[in-house]
Amino acid sequence: MAAVLDAPSHVAPGAPIVRITALKKSYGANQVLKGIDLEVLRGEVIAIIGKSGSGKSTLLRCINGLEEFQEGALTVDAKPLLHESAAAMRELRQRVGMIFQSFNLFPHLTVGRNVMLAPTLVKKRARPEAEAQARKLLARVGLAEKFDAMPDQLSGGQQQRVAIARALAMEPAVLLCDEITSALDPELVGEVLRVVESLADEGMTLLMVTHEMNFARKVSDRVIFMHQGRVHEMGPPAELFGSPKTPELKQFLSSLHD
Amino acid sequence: MTEFTLWDILRNLLLALRWTVVLSLIAFVGGGLVGALLLALRLRGGRLAERLIAGYVQLFQGTPLLMQLFLSYFGLALLGIEVSAWTAAAVALTLYTSAFLTEIWRGCVAAIPKGQWEASGSLALSFGEQLRHVILPQAVKIAIAPTVGFLVQVIKGTALASVIGFVEVTKAGSMIANVTFRPFTVFACVALMYFALCFPVSLYARHLERKTRGSRP
Repeated sequence: MAAVLDAPSHVAPGAPIVRITALKKSYGANQVLKGIDLEVLRGEVIAIIGKSGSGKSTLLRCINGLEEFQEGALTVDAKPLLHESAAAMRELRQRVGMIFQSFNLFPHLTVGRNVMLAPTLVKKRARPEAEAQARKLLARVGLAEKFDAMPDQLSGGQQQRVAIARALAMEPAVLLCDEITSALDPELVGEVLRVVESLADEGMTLLMVTHEMNFARKVSDRVIFMHQGRVHEMGPPAELFGSPKTPELKQFLSSLHD
Repeated sequence: MTEFTLWDILRNLLLALRWTVVLSLIAFVGGGLVGALLLALRLRGGRLAERLIAGYVQLFQGTPLLMQLFLSYFGLALLGIEVSAWTAAAVALTLYTSAFLTEIWRGCVAAIPKGQWEASGSLALSFGEQLRHVILPQAVKIAIAPTVGFLVQVIKGTALASVIGFVEVTKAGSMIANVTFRPFTVFACVALMYFALCFPVSLYARHLERKTRGSRP
């Protein structure tokens, strides 16, 4: 699967693949992101934690342009995010994959066609080639035999794994995971997290908003605690979970144990 | 004075029924095309396009079809444009149909969850690709039943074209009633003909509704 993950990069190794500078975002008068600075290195796995309303999902959605921000700059693979330019957005979104809480598979297409759609349309890949890639990716997430199934015939965990395969088919440099296990029954969470973990092991750059603290602790290189629209605390998981410095993080972590 | 048999009545009504069918088809095809164009403008265009089209929809939904027919027949003539009853009826029904269809279809597109736009957008699909490959295939499924249902309204609506002198089945009916002095028989026949046109369409709409509902989770 190395071919899928070693997408060509325009950034020298060691340089940040995502660079966010002084990013501010408001909904009307309500400022939800109050100046975010963040650099994500290639191959880094970052978990974003925090209370609901702290702006963590909004931050993630800014990175692939689902949300527009008013101030600041954001580059992916050294390409700036420009909302006004459809061509620039299309370029950027090919480098950034996203997986959603509610899977968002296309219900009218088979699992295989879900995975093949974007590569054939956007990358103009020939059908047989796209199909071979889709079969490989579905095997990769343990769903080789579901190629011809419809999404509504699958369990939530299976649907989310198809969504991961679909995102990987575009060979993104960064994968954004927005609470991808929150809509799943508890017994299905493991199968999805195992796939994410294997992606992390293979060197995929991951940014994930998650409520699975054990998972964040185990897989991530860096944990970001967001509070009231700012990066409140940031560091290696052992440090952040082991000895939180700010009272807000202490409170947040202790509230999880109640 | 000549005697009219029931067959004479039926034959003449059936001949006029052709024009009811043709007018319905024109209204539906023309209205469908204009409605689709307005839908595209509405989805793509900015706030101004949205507002203008919403106004257009309100105008045609908020006035009787009868007035729209009068206005297109007499109004255009006032402006110096000579229109036949044919053209006036076709134009008025096309615009009327387009206003209703664009509104029905807009609702169907709006019923597609936002996540479908977001997922297809983050896979780098362009607006056109999103619409064509993700949104419309799903929207069409839910649009079929209300669209076919509206066709029934249009078929019955063509009866109003008789007031501007267009000879379709209703107008033919009143003309025949005047010469035969058998209005009840004639209009009963006319009513039955409308029923024969509309009932199968309604049945088909119901069938489609059941089918699409069945295939949804």
